[in-house]
Amino acid sequence: MGDGPEARGNQWYGPQPDVAGASGYPDAPPRMGFFTDTSVCIGCKACEVACKEWNAVPEDGLELTGMSYDNTQTLGADTWRHVAFIEQSKPFGGQEPGVRHEDTDVFAAAARLGTDASSPGPGATAPPPGQAPEGAPAGQISPLSPDGRTELRWLMSSDVCKHCTHAACLDVCPTGALFRTEFGTVVVQSDICNGCGYCVPACPYGVIDQRKDDGRVWKCTLCYDRLGVGMEPACAKACPTDSIQFGPLDELRERAADRVARLHAAGVADARLYGEDPGDGVGGDGAFFLLLDEPEVYGLPPDPVVTTRDLPDMWRHAALAAVTLVGLAVGGFACRPRRAR
Amino acid sequence: MAECHPVGFQWVMEAKARGAKVIHVDPRFTRTSALADLHVPLRAGSDIAFLGAIVNYVLEKEKYFRDYIVAYTNAPTILREDFCDTEDLSGVFSGLNSETRSYDNASWQYEGTETQAASGERDQEYDERTGGGSSVTEAARGEAHGAGGAVIGEGEPERDETLTHPRCVFQVLKRHFARYTPEMVEQVCGVPPELFLQVCELVTENSGRERTTAFAYAVGWTQHTVGVQYIRTACILQLLLGNIGRPGGGILALRGHASIQGSTDIPTLFNLLPGYIPMPHAHQNQDLAAFVAAEAAPKGYWGNMRAYLVSLLKAYWGDHATEENDFCFDYLPRLTGSHSTYETTMAQLEGTCKGYFLMGENPAVGNANTKLMRLGMANLDWLVVRDFSLIESATWWRDGPEIETGELRTEDIRTEVFFLPAAAHTEKDGSFTNTQRLLQWHHQAVEPPGEARSDLWFAFHLGRIIREKLAGSADEMDRPVLDLAWDYPTKGPLVEPDAEAVLAEINGHDAAGQPLSSYEQLKPDGSTSCGCWIYCGVRADGVNQAARRKPGGQQDWVAAEWAWAWPANRRVLYNRASADPEGRPWSERKALVWWDADKGEWSGHDVPDFSKDKAPGYEPDQDASGPAALSGRDPFIMQADGKAWLYVPSGLTDGPLPVHYEPQDSPFPNLLHDQQRNPVRQLLPTLPDNRYQPSGDEHGSEVFPYVATTYRLTEHHTAGGMSRWQPYLAELQPEFFCEVSPELAAERGLEHTGWATIVSARAVIEARVLVTDRIAPLTVHGRRLHQVGLPYHWGPNGYTTGDAANELLHLSLDPNTHIQEAKAIAVDIRPGRRPRGPAAAELVRAYRARAGIDAHTGTEP
Repeated sequence: MGDGPEARGNQWYGPQPDVAGASGYPDAPPRMGFFTDTSVCIGCKACEVACKEWNAVPEDGLELTGMSYDNTQTLGADTWRHVAFIEQSKPFGGQEPGVRHEDTDVFAAAARLGTDASSPGPGATAPPPGQAPEGAPAGQISPLSPDGRTELRWLMSSDVCKHCTHAACLDVCPTGALFRTEFGTVVVQSDICNGCGYCVPACPYGVIDQRKDDGRVWKCTLCYDRLGVGMEPACAKACPTDSIQFGPLDELRERAADRVARLHAAGVADARLYGEDPGDGVGGDGAFFLLLDEPEVYGLPPDPVVTTRDLPDMWRHAALAAVTLVGLAVGGFACRPRRAR
Repeated sequence: MAECHPVGFQWVMEAKARGAKVIHVDPRFTRTSALADLHVPLRAGSDIAFLGAIVNYVLEKEKYFRDYIVAYTNAPTILREDFCDTEDLSGVFSGLNSETRSYDNASWQYEGTETQAASGERDQEYDERTGGGSSVTEAARGEAHGAGGAVIGEGEPERDETLTHPRCVFQVLKRHFARYTPEMVEQVCGVPPELFLQVCELVTENSGRERTTAFAYAVGWTQHTVGVQYIRTACILQLLLGNIGRPGGGILALRGHASIQGSTDIPTLFNLLPGYIPMPHAHQNQDLAAFVAAEAAPKGYWGNMRAYLVSLLKAYWGDHATEENDFCFDYLPRLTGSHSTYETTMAQLEGTCKGYFLMGENPAVGNANTKLMRLGMANLDWLVVRDFSLIESATWWRDGPEIETGELRTEDIRTEVFFLPAAAHTEKDGSFTNTQRLLQWHHQAVEPPGEARSDLWFAFHLGRIIREKLAGSADEMDRPVLDLAWDYPTKGPLVEPDAEAVLAEINGHDAAGQPLSSYEQLKPDGSTSCGCWIYCGVRADGVNQAARRKPGGQQDWVAAEWAWAWPANRRVLYNRASADPEGRPWSERKALVWWDADKGEWSGHDVPDFSKDKAPGYEPDQDASGPAALSGRDPFIMQADGKAWLYVPSGLTDGPLPVHYEPQDSPFPNLLHDQQRNPVRQLLPTLPDNRYQPSGDEHGSEVFPYVATTYRLTEHHTAGGMSRWQPYLAELQPEFFCEVSPELAAERGLEHTGWATIVSARAVIEARVLVTDRIAPLTVHGRRLHQVGLPYHWGPNGYTTGDAANELLHLSLDPNTHIQEAKAIAVDIRPGRRPRGPAAAELVRAYRARAGIDAHTGTEP
């Protein structure tokens, strides 16, 4: 622990550029995470199924909720990916999704299309933000619908454990069952968890949860076993539109910023990132999101704060109190007149 | 597409990223609409009115690609004088015989010639083409028109390239679609004119020399009494806009299973042989030569039908197939009529069909009028079900709905039911053929569990055992089975036939046993063998080309080294049309193949779909036949005239042009024509359990005031056999539900997540209610129409259970394809659960009585 907090970041709150290093990994690989771009989510739930299949998470009940097509309801011990469906009376706007395919930069490929005879290509060239390709149908598509209704918007978003920079679940775990991996992710070791449940109220997102039959807690591991052998997590692998993107967090943040800029330029003013800011209440999430509305709409807390943020202060106060008490006690003894024997 | 083909939808998303606009036309706002630029809700069953009006817009505003249609379509072709359009005959075409509910297509022909269809109903002109012979008296409608064929003409069809001759196809089209106006779209489809015009503008602005538009439809388009004509209307539109045979164009049929395309290429259909060669009919004294004379086209690649068929017969019967015995042509079964799924059910009910194999099919849930399907099965001697789980089609005798109502009693059912567990695709080698004609090979990952076996294993060993039992038989009837080349190598502990050996047989080989690489090598003399001519080359050089998986990033945009596309690894069919008549790309931007004059051959990004060295200026000799009879400017090489057909003179049973007819059961009269329903729709008998409903202005139609449409959800698969037993899928959509608008919920007192009862003249079902804005009420014929959405995955068995939506359907079918009308029926909906037991049947009877339904209702031509 030779470096000061300035070089290594704070372990409890605020920016922390090297979470794995701060947890004692000397030569950690880059921090890995998820960027879930909800603007291209098609609500297929392949992530939910792939997650359960790979991690052998049990089915957890057949209940028709009536909440649009969301019968999963929430993240929990037996739901590590959850696709929310939100029906809104709101125009979608001239959204222009961009998807990424492994080994293919579609924007670069698209930029080449039509520019030379060897690559005349199907489809239009990729428009720079805010500019339609030449010859493309002009004008924004305006929402129209029969019977004077406003156009519908159906938001879909795949939620997951945020793998916080400052993970309160990990901080409060008394057994060490929760630990920080070399990839900067947060994982529960089920063979060590004793079911105390301290982590459950500690999570500012309500993600980690106890399984009723055995009392232990379970949550997304960001497929630690797959990462260890160079594979991407099951949900990201299964996602057909690359709404779930996996990679080094730095790259994902760059990609996300670019994506938001494109959406803004395309007129989707609602687009915003959630959980990507290292300055937020949890020091930024390892799994962050591009949302098309307020976080509350998706059931996400608008301003999450690591619940252990004030622990140092509390300990400082407690220590002060203790010192004071000790002082008082000692003082008490010191001031006490000796009784002659 | 996002809803049912989420994996394929990634390419739509990629196209969007490149600037494509996505329009989604669907009664419901689905997961596809959520990602589309424009969603157009319309009344289920009104698509021809909608598409026809776009055709009219294109013709009226002159948005068509004139050079393309003059050169490559039959727009300039002149029709016979005696052809009468629906404009002249109140909504029907000339040649209608109302008695037999069929058309004689003689008057639909081109002036000056007779034309053979490239696909569809080729047998229409059998008698004329073979110089007589007995017609198929009992045969049915679609498969043979017997005497009702066209008169044979001589010479080339007459053409008018100025497109002004009043009887040229172009002018006929203009008159035919003139009444399909935006106002009609508003009245018939419930789509406001502004929204409709927006679609017209988007489609036409994005078509032409520099740009192309693609249409994608799910098989729901086929599930109408005018299903084929839905797709025909899209064809006409795409041809007028020049969007066929060019990159980014086309019409894509999104199939319902991973290899439904494969199951028509190497068919499970009763009326086709592999490679779309028609199954012979039971004509008298018919031999190979007579069959080919009747079925093959004189011009185009169907002119080589004999080579394809003889090679197929060699694949079937090997050394037993010789020139002397007509290559065992007589061993092929003969059609005596239509033997489609539903007619087979009728035959079961009549007692003439005694045995039934169900392999990966669940008619007790998935077919129309599922009750009749079960009653048919209850009349069999034996039934074999091969599936993953004990699906409803395997257990109806024990716990089906008719047991509950008392209509069937288990102890009375004599059907012997065999259930044989099936292996999944991960448990066997094989190929899937997708909608883009790509054959993609999958390798076995694990051995199937327990007694589960692949279909290949089942078919091979069943054949082996039958052949062993017949061995030594002197009965001529057994020769076709005993002479089969049934010698596939097997491997492993389960004695699994080698799937690659089957692929090798499909690919074909020459007399020396060397694998063939192209159907151009096939010979009519028996020196080549090929199990499916269009798949010839899938194992070129003895390499499984379907197993190629070179990533897209490592090759050009055509990605020719990913898997293998039939035919000849062409990625875009008819791609000669991507170049102008002189062989130059219509535009650099949309170049695909072109004529390289220096090399004297066709070149390009894709494999040219044309004779490689046939120059654009090539003109055939007068007496040329087959492919050689096509000129260098005839891109549609499978068509008898080398042109794409805006107008279909031959091959369709229900008319040369699409017409909007109302669905069999519709709350609305036909505003576009006097003719209410497709006059030649295929009506199966109006058995007591297959009653049709009154429509439009007919008395009693108000009893069923709502339009229902069935569909699939991402979370489940068709009739549920692959998904309802999977806990991980069942929990995602745990119950059968119906989707209704808040307005309909208010009108009928339906509560969100409560129960609703849905009734047709056939059945009553119940479903949980999802009230959602995603089902918008429409204004149709000036009144408000509510639609009811019904996913059809559920049935009484499995981990998640529910009523089957298809109980509600009738058996009025598309006359070309014998496909049920699942996508537009009229129903009533009411709050609460349905009655149980005999009371359920009583409720349906009460509805029929109220609507005045008898055996004649809805059967008028």
